[in-house]
Amino acid sequence: MLCLGFAFLYIPMFLLIFYSFNASRFVPVWGGFSIKWYITLFQSEEVWNAVILSLEIAIMNATFATLLGAMAGIAMARIRRFRGRVLFSGMISAPLVMPEVITGLSLLLLFITMSELIGWPTRGITTITIAHITFSLAYVAVIVQSRLVGIDESLEEAAQDLGARPYRVLIDITVPLIAPALVAGWLLAFTLSLDDLVIASFVSGPGSNTLPMLIYSRVKLGLKPDVNALATIIILIVTIGVIIAGWILSRQEKQRLLDQQMADSEKYDFSESIR
Amino acid sequence: MTQATDTSKLFENQPWLDPDAEPFVKIRALTKTFGSFTAVSSVDLDIYEGELFSLLGGSGCGKTTLLRMLAGFEEPSSGTISIDGVDMANIPPYQRPVNMMFQSYALFPHMTVEQNVGYGLKQDRVEKNEIAERVAEILAIVELTPFNKRKPHQLSGGQRQRVALARSLVKKPKVLLLDEPLAALDKRLREQTQFELMNIQHQLGVTFIVVTHDQEEAMTLSTRIAVMDQGQFSQIGTPTDIYEYPQTRFVANFIGSANMFEGRVVENGDNHVIVRSSHGDLSFYIDHSFEIRENIGVSIALRPEKITLSREVPETIDEYNTVKGIVDDIGYLGNFSIYRILLENDKIIAVTHPNQSRPRDARHLAEWDDEVLLSWAPSSPILLTK
Amino acid sequence: MLYRFRQFLESARAWQSAIVAVPYFWLLLFFLIPFFLVLKISLAEYIVASPPFSKLIQFGEEGQMYITLIFDNFVFLWEDDLYYKTYLNSLRISIISTILCLLIGYPIAYGIARSTPTVKKILLLMVILPFWTSFLLRVYAWIGLLADQGTINDLLIGLGIIDQPIKMLYTDFAVLVGIVYTYVPFMILPLFANIERLDLTVHEAAADLGAKPFTIFRTITIPLTMPGIIAGSLLVFIPATGEFVIPDLLGGGNVLMIGRVLYSEFNLNQDWPVASTVAIVLLLLLVIPMMLYQHYQAKEAEAE
Repeated sequence: MLCLGFAFLYIPMFLLIFYSFNASRFVPVWGGFSIKWYITLFQSEEVWNAVILSLEIAIMNATFATLLGAMAGIAMARIRRFRGRVLFSGMISAPLVMPEVITGLSLLLLFITMSELIGWPTRGITTITIAHITFSLAYVAVIVQSRLVGIDESLEEAAQDLGARPYRVLIDITVPLIAPALVAGWLLAFTLSLDDLVIASFVSGPGSNTLPMLIYSRVKLGLKPDVNALATIIILIVTIGVIIAGWILSRQEKQRLLDQQMADSEKYDFSESIR
Repeated sequence: MTQATDTSKLFENQPWLDPDAEPFVKIRALTKTFGSFTAVSSVDLDIYEGELFSLLGGSGCGKTTLLRMLAGFEEPSSGTISIDGVDMANIPPYQRPVNMMFQSYALFPHMTVEQNVGYGLKQDRVEKNEIAERVAEILAIVELTPFNKRKPHQLSGGQRQRVALARSLVKKPKVLLLDEPLAALDKRLREQTQFELMNIQHQLGVTFIVVTHDQEEAMTLSTRIAVMDQGQFSQIGTPTDIYEYPQTRFVANFIGSANMFEGRVVENGDNHVIVRSSHGDLSFYIDHSFEIRENIGVSIALRPEKITLSREVPETIDEYNTVKGIVDDIGYLGNFSIYRILLENDKIIAVTHPNQSRPRDARHLAEWDDEVLLSWAPSSPILLTK
Repeated sequence: MLYRFRQFLESARAWQSAIVAVPYFWLLLFFLIPFFLVLKISLAEYIVASPPFSKLIQFGEEGQMYITLIFDNFVFLWEDDLYYKTYLNSLRISIISTILCLLIGYPIAYGIARSTPTVKKILLLMVILPFWTSFLLRVYAWIGLLADQGTINDLLIGLGIIDQPIKMLYTDFAVLVGIVYTYVPFMILPLFANIERLDLTVHEAAADLGAKPFTIFRTITIPLTMPGIIAGSLLVFIPATGEFVIPDLLGGGNVLMIGRVLYSEFNLNQDWPVASTVAIVLLLLLVIPMMLYQHYQAKEAEAE
């Protein structure tokens, strides 16, 4: 069952990769090995523009969403009472399950109203980034919150007790402790942004085509081998990234276990030295 | 250590008995409520300089809340706290002259031992060289110098406890608050650490306030103990006071164990009181007087180790402070044995007896179903009205 | 004065206020207010203008205020059986795909949770990996698999099992496959988290008391993993109902789903009031499952 499940998850992806090396223009028909679709891809200015735009948006989104999401997560985990806490927690968890069409539609209506009233923002990279930050920050907030819930609050109290003012506690203790959650949140926000089609389609303006929007417009016209080539590159990058991340994590875990065992074995040695 | 005044001498005159002595920590009518729950209910407390004071009680008795109010983590609902003559109201935790050792130790996992201990000094903008010096000094006292570059997860439980202690002491606080300082250690380490804690306190002369649920720990460590129950103090006194002269049923039962009897005062003389138990043929003669009316209902507490057990049962027994019974059960604990004696009125009394000889054939002082005589000195029964 | 201001800046209250206020303001402006705009426009009327809807509030010559609420859009949705059928079809497809995700996801989650620590980590990474790759491209992969001249039909014809290609692309089946394929990790992860936390001795105790494996599964495992089942199901059901890309690419014009109708109403027909009304009704349909999800999340957070 496990194998079947994973076959279901992975066979479509392998086929994507397989057909990216197909010489034939018609995807399901094998016409011999070729890398010409990669060359077409790299020569297309349209693709490059879309990639650059998407990366710009993804980096800005990830950075701001991590900042705002971390604040929201800290607020949820560490501040027990403030006005409108229920509404706040609702607004953090709602974007996680909100259908994209609704988020896209409502944000577009807001942007149009705003630009009528104050002449800002113009539709394009700004509006897409704002829209992405809005739903990404909710994901970051949830990650940060669940990390903080697992951290003993007395660590922050101890710092205060030792004379650290609240902002120093934040900088010296809270931020280093949630650093792994911040990294995970940044990466998640980054991929969420790169992956989004629907919301970007709603709020983008003329001329600003993100990579998913470009892929979508091509795919709508049928199977395209250069899209397969693009997919192969993305899968490759992600796989390498995930393997490296997994390797680093498991190494840290092993080191931690080793240290722990060493410390425990010394437990009684120390009392011996006192006598 | 310049402050290493001889604290044992300081307490020979017992400042708490001197009405003119100025308390170091002064708590007045302190109350803390959480919604409808009252955690601490209008308590008054004086703690003197150099004391090792314990707050003892079960979980939820309000001892931790009291400690957290001293540290500044909880704001009192009403009442005042002053330390060394300064009112602590509106002073945030990071400006109070107290430091706290947390139950979980709360060591910063991303900092080394050295960085952990030096953190508080860094917050006070102490010069770098001086920080290094003072950290090295305190690490030497807790014997952790070789471990200064390790991170908390590379230390054993006992070592972590020392780092936490060093970290909270390095700023030379006026008062050190310790929340269950030994609870996370295993039994063997705990007993040893108790004495080390006392030595360090003695050496530095800092006032310690310890929260604990472990009565043995409180008895060993403290100059005085406050027994807490339901947000109030049941009794405040030296370990001997608390054990030998408990003032309430709660304290008598909570500290050590006690056989409890309900009774009635039948005679109140100048230097003695006689109480007749409502369980039947059992009377207590107490050799000191109480201000109490005759014929009033009271309780008598009798410690199991204060009772003498004998297999020789005479025909007629004394009128007071003796009773006959049958051995119902025996528990052998190695250093002593517990005998559970069934009285004629179906009440069971626990008696402990040290196992001074090494029995081989006769295993116990008395055997199951033996008839025995219990007796005690007239100074032993504790009369309780609350 | 300056000293007191510094004291305030350093105080915990000032920092807490700032930490709450910034994301709060952001979410109010970019999440909550937009919904009221959608609600407002759903109560307006389509006109040929820019923006293409009537004003809700107008001022008379003497400053009187007129509020015109037009419920025609809601009536229109109710009377036109296209919308009504589309909503039902969306619900039908998302319910079926939720059940399929559960049937596929449960054994996988169980298998992962019960494997050795190293294998567990690798398998977990393998579940998460597709999630980090482009969703759009993974849907696109199924076009190649399901098309009339696609991989599956080619294979079946090549093996001589069929001689005419089976029509799979642009059917309900394709949409179901697409939804299950993209959303099954959302089912596996909460289930895995739940199953992994299960105390195995409970199963042993049940077996010791004479329960057969299937009875144990039915009376012990399922009830204890209910929070995971509910969380996973809601995480699949809610977004699947409003899904746009999958019905658009794999269902074509043949499968009516509400996300796609909303998209085309807005972007192709430019009828903003009707699009907003469609969104409001969709939100009303999903509000109960969304609140359920929030309730379970809050309970989970408390349990930790």
